[in-house]
Amino acid sequence: MPKRTDLKKILIIGSGPIVIGQACEFDYSGTQACKALQQEGYEVVLVNSNPATIMTDPDLADRTYIEPLTAEAVAAIVERERPDALLPTVGGQTGLNVSVELAKSGVLAKFGVEMIGAKLQAVEVAEDRQLFKDAMTEIGLDSARSRVVRSMAEAMDYLGENGLPAIIRPSFTLGGSGGGTAFNREEYEAIVARGLDISPVHEVLVEQSLIGWKEYELEVMRDLADNVVIICSIENFDPMGVHTGDSITVAPAQTLTDKEYQIMRDAALRIIRKVGVETGGSNIQFALNPANGDLIVIEMNPRVSRSSALASKATGFPIAKIAAKLAVGYTLDEIPNDITRKTPASFEPTIDYVVAKIPKWNFEKFKEADPTLGTQMKSVGEVMAIGRTFKEALLKGVRSLEKGKSLASEKIVPANLDKALATPTPERLAYVRYALASGAKTAEEIHRQTQIDRWFLQQMQEIIDLEKRLGRHTLATLPEELLRECKRAGFSDQNVAEFLCADGGAGEGAGDGIAATPTADAVMALRHAKGVRPVYKRVDTCAAEFESFTPYLYSTYESACEAAPSGRKKIMILGSGPNRIGQGLEFDYCCCHASFALKEAGYETIMVNCNPETVSTDYDTSDRLYFEPLTFEDVMEVVAVEKPDGVIVQFGGQTPLNLAVRLQAAGVPIIGTSPDNIDLAEDRKRFGKLLEDLGIPQPTNGTAMSREEARAVAARIGYPVLVRPSYVLGGRAMSIVYDQESLDSYMATAVEASPEHPVLVDKFLEDAFEYDVDTICDGDAVVIAGVMEHIEEAGIHSGDSTCVLPPIMIDPSLLELMKKYTRQLGKALEVVGIMNIQFAVQKGVVYVLEVNPRASRTVPYVSKSTGVPLAKMAARVMAGEKLKDLGITEDLRVGHYFVKSPVFPFNKFPGVDTILGPEMRSTGEVMGVAESFGIAFAKAQLSAGVKLPQAGKVFLSVNDSDKGTLVPIARELAAQGLELLATAGTRERLAKEGVEAALALKVGEGRPNVADLIKSRKIDLIINTPLGSQSYIDDQVIRAAAIQHGVPCITTLSGASAAAKAIAALRSEAFTVRSLQEYHAK
Amino acid sequence: MKAILALEDGSLFAGRAFGAEGEAKGEVVFNTSMTGYQEIITDPSYTGQIVVMTYPHIGNYGVNAEDEEAARPYAEGFVAREFSEVASNWRAQGTFEDYLKRRGIVSISEIDTRALVRHIRSRGAMRGVISTVESDPAKLAAAARAIPTMAGSDLASAVSCKEPYARAGAGTAAARLKVVAWDYGVKRNILNNLVRVGCDVTVVPAATSAEDVLAMKPDGVFLSNGPGDPEPLEYAVRNIRALLGKVPVFGICLGHQLMGLAFGGKTYKLKFGHRGANHPVKNLLTGRIEITSQNHGFAVDPDSLDAARVELTHLNLNDQTLEGVRHRSLPAFSVQYHPEASPGPHDSHYLFDEFKQLMLEPR
Repeated sequence: MPKRTDLKKILIIGSGPIVIGQACEFDYSGTQACKALQQEGYEVVLVNSNPATIMTDPDLADRTYIEPLTAEAVAAIVERERPDALLPTVGGQTGLNVSVELAKSGVLAKFGVEMIGAKLQAVEVAEDRQLFKDAMTEIGLDSARSRVVRSMAEAMDYLGENGLPAIIRPSFTLGGSGGGTAFNREEYEAIVARGLDISPVHEVLVEQSLIGWKEYELEVMRDLADNVVIICSIENFDPMGVHTGDSITVAPAQTLTDKEYQIMRDAALRIIRKVGVETGGSNIQFALNPANGDLIVIEMNPRVSRSSALASKATGFPIAKIAAKLAVGYTLDEIPNDITRKTPASFEPTIDYVVAKIPKWNFEKFKEADPTLGTQMKSVGEVMAIGRTFKEALLKGVRSLEKGKSLASEKIVPANLDKALATPTPERLAYVRYALASGAKTAEEIHRQTQIDRWFLQQMQEIIDLEKRLGRHTLATLPEELLRECKRAGFSDQNVAEFLCADGGAGEGAGDGIAATPTADAVMALRHAKGVRPVYKRVDTCAAEFESFTPYLYSTYESACEAAPSGRKKIMILGSGPNRIGQGLEFDYCCCHASFALKEAGYETIMVNCNPETVSTDYDTSDRLYFEPLTFEDVMEVVAVEKPDGVIVQFGGQTPLNLAVRLQAAGVPIIGTSPDNIDLAEDRKRFGKLLEDLGIPQPTNGTAMSREEARAVAARIGYPVLVRPSYVLGGRAMSIVYDQESLDSYMATAVEASPEHPVLVDKFLEDAFEYDVDTICDGDAVVIAGVMEHIEEAGIHSGDSTCVLPPIMIDPSLLELMKKYTRQLGKALEVVGIMNIQFAVQKGVVYVLEVNPRASRTVPYVSKSTGVPLAKMAARVMAGEKLKDLGITEDLRVGHYFVKSPVFPFNKFPGVDTILGPEMRSTGEVMGVAESFGIAFAKAQLSAGVKLPQAGKVFLSVNDSDKGTLVPIARELAAQGLELLATAGTRERLAKEGVEAALALKVGEGRPNVADLIKSRKIDLIINTPLGSQSYIDDQVIRAAAIQHGVPCITTLSGASAAAKAIAALRSEAFTVRSLQEYHAK
Repeated sequence: MKAILALEDGSLFAGRAFGAEGEAKGEVVFNTSMTGYQEIITDPSYTGQIVVMTYPHIGNYGVNAEDEEAARPYAEGFVAREFSEVASNWRAQGTFEDYLKRRGIVSISEIDTRALVRHIRSRGAMRGVISTVESDPAKLAAAARAIPTMAGSDLASAVSCKEPYARAGAGTAAARLKVVAWDYGVKRNILNNLVRVGCDVTVVPAATSAEDVLAMKPDGVFLSNGPGDPEPLEYAVRNIRALLGKVPVFGICLGHQLMGLAFGGKTYKLKFGHRGANHPVKNLLTGRIEITSQNHGFAVDPDSLDAARVELTHLNLNDQTLEGVRHRSLPAFSVQYHPEASPGPHDSHYLFDEFKQLMLEPR
């Protein structure tokens, strides 16, 4: 069937901010869909609240709306744009949910908008647990037994049918808390009783336990002619019980015979037809009983998903792009396979390598959180690695995680081994390795404890056997054959060095010299001397059956290299690796932009990255893609093959920066700001000297390599102090310390200070406000791109602060001073590219807090606010052009209010306090745009999931020093018609100033107390600043209840003040939507 | 232990010996299925061939009696990037390594199989030797060149059964259809599928005459898959011609090529063949696409067929080669691919039902 001509304009809904479980894989899918539909000549209207996405680039759609992803806002866009169709399947669960709401509320029918890809009914069958289960039964497939029970009697009744073990899930509890697995009757009663109690609706779901079953996924595509193909099979290394997003997964399936695989394939075909997803990609999850092959259908996603992004990268088959084309009527055989060019998309990719995906967690930022992995996803990012064997893929994957240490050097507590094997946590892989390597367990014992398939354990055993063989040699005696074998199994040079015997040690040829552990560099030198080098193979969808025209490459140690580098002028861009808090989508945005801009400027672009979720790892983004770990070794080998004219390290966040100095020393042509000057800005001493020379103030500070030194510095500069390790991103382990006791505790527990890693101690500027300045420099000119004002006061990590462009409170003279300092620093650091400076203003003095002569996470936000693609300009500048030639001659201006707000993962981590601090904990961001600050702020809050009330009750409880500042805010809220409730102290102070509030009881003061009020939904907004350690528990209870019941909770007065302005604006101004193209129309 | 794979053009791949010791000789071909190595190695169509698996890990799930397509392996040798030392699957009855040793299949691993596949793709299928005993490259290349070429050899009669045998389904014989299958190297799952749709099958040696087959009063005749070049099988083509119009006939793979020859067409050798489980085939009668299992080195030339008598029914979407034909007036049809799968997708099982319908149609 040819494409539909009755459709002209298509609406695509994105997935909003990056949150756990919904990350930049949907930027990848949405970007592909936008590009595909535009290429087909459709007018594309896009809505997404996330400014860091590539999909919200104004080039990728005809109309780009950065607006809240609520049914109301999207309905307003529908009314304004009158699209013919809505593609609901590429924007994750968020996009799908909004689409369903619009369909159910009649908005789509009213404006004649057709849902393409998946119709409402299909989505409902796939998403509704019971409807789906019934559908499976109708086609003869099993799903897990389960029943919702509302009493102990019902639970006991069901026990007879369901048996033990059983999984118990209380309904509607935060992060699924309160559930568990019962292995005996006693546990069953206890967990059901607890679950019934904790569930707000007093019901629990009792489910058949599939723990220990093997878990598989199939990615399925269907077209309107009912042709169905499977794109990829995925086998989970971690058996059932661990969310697939938290599992190590492997493509293709490794331990299924063809008979079993075909049973699963047949089931998948029946499921997609039964559910009725018309076109596009769906993901179906299965559990398989390893004892007898019984198959159970777990669930189906009637849309592209995280797994489909992985499957696309794993096979080279672009699922979202094809899905978009199928949605407008093409059939699979009408769409060519980009990679082979002459074969069609109506086939099933076959691969001749192994792909491993490993999640990345950030539990170190959420100390109170439970790191046990279960049915709710907790990881914040992932890496993918490609190898010719599972061993190679696994080891490449492990080093792609950038943990700074190998699996073998992870901290192991032998006494915890049994628990660590039986209970899945992020550390389990290291414990499995340890158990095998130390001989503490046999593979069979580990299999019994973990249910990890024996085949995977055998592969790990083979890795360990190689480690042991290395241990019998020194670098000098290492046979080339063994070196090659280790490299073939995926060992890094670092791994080889780690397991070799020290020179002069106990190995063969031991002398009486001093034992010297070989370095990775020495291994690399030896390896190069012996000519043991990687080759690069292509990902081609077809296992080499057809010629590949797309240089999508991975390294391996074999004989034939398919890299075929060109002789063109080329620039290599190092990506940002796995998403993590502090380094996410924003950096991928910058890397992609660099690639787009340099392609336009006539260069061949080469991307190196290992994150399967990203647009940068789409084979379409750059001329050449190397799917490789971002380590010195892996990058150097790519450089050796490609011989690029320039390498860009300043767009990928800390990951490539950490390599910059070594790369340059090894002769790699780094372009842009010199690594030495990047280093200068990070080096406390050198940087302090520079500021002193320039006469720019910074908070008094010092560095400490021990507790004593830290005490001395703090005593000199005075408490409070801000302490943090050097060279980190995202405020890792950053803390504000008010006294020596806390300082000692910080030095003892939070960091390991050493001469290589000193602790930085800064005077903390109380009651200061912070500004971020982004600038672009070409070595001569310094152009200020944007000055962002933080809403929250200093002390809260810039990534966790809401900020506004342009600033709304700053004194113009101080603004000029900031700009002057910026220009001075840009020149002094000879910045070529982007630079970000953080300033603090306290009592009329402008201090420089931090200078980052590289792209920072604000680049996409500033680009979308100014309408100027900064990363593109910076890339061109780095390649040698001048800003004036690019048409940028003066500081950029912003014509409207652009508010950026962070989004936090607190709802996934029960027990974690939501108070903001200097350690970044947000996973993503949203932007609100409007003609007034109030509406822009309200939109940003709404996009971040905070619905500010326009009526109802506000609860106020603030510490003594905040009470004065609270008064005008309270007055404004009361004037807007909100009812005030306050705890005794706060109420008293308000009363003194003539603001009336009703009394609310603290938790210990009787019932109903404030927590009861929150639970019974009698409070619509909470303003609660930390009251100090005495009432810490009380505060915790309030904030935890707020999260659980979705009541907005503001923990800073500056935030409260902005909220009051927003509420006033919402009540007096119209809430309208407008596209970026209109905002930036010349 | 070391092993070497040498090709007739002198290319050498040095790797590790796996399975039996000795030498294996044959035409080196590659298969892109990611699962189903046991079905592949036991497929009689691989007679005279060394099979390179493109998927790097082979042997992971071991071997079991159910997944055999014939009583023994027919591939001459087996090549993979890495063979598993353990078998991990609930149906496994042994490891692949023991199986290869027991069955005397010489195999090689730890070579750059992708480089080998690309070599075959660009130069075409060629003869080769895997040896664990000889390491002189010149001798090995000479040995490869001494292997008889696939074209012109009658391999089918060598693998055909020596005596007829029956495969009956459950239920009363009267209610079932009687099919005679000419065995040119038949796979068990073809027979299973015929039984599944309600046939009792009598498998007869390839050389059985048309008269003898007709004397068995079959409701339909099946032409099986098998190894090698169809052209030398003149006796088979004569027998098929003698049946056409007298009884419904269905052919698969080599059976399809013989049908093509019987229809008056010609066959030719493909550069490197189709072997895998992911080939898109379009059914030209319905427009539907089937993902098919394939294993053939020869094909029927569609231009050689008389369009007035023969209808082209299936097309390979990768390279537009012919995948299926039917006679316009006589009850006879055939497909180049493997609707019985094993290994591969089940998209084309419907062809067995169509054969049944053809047999049930009143004439």
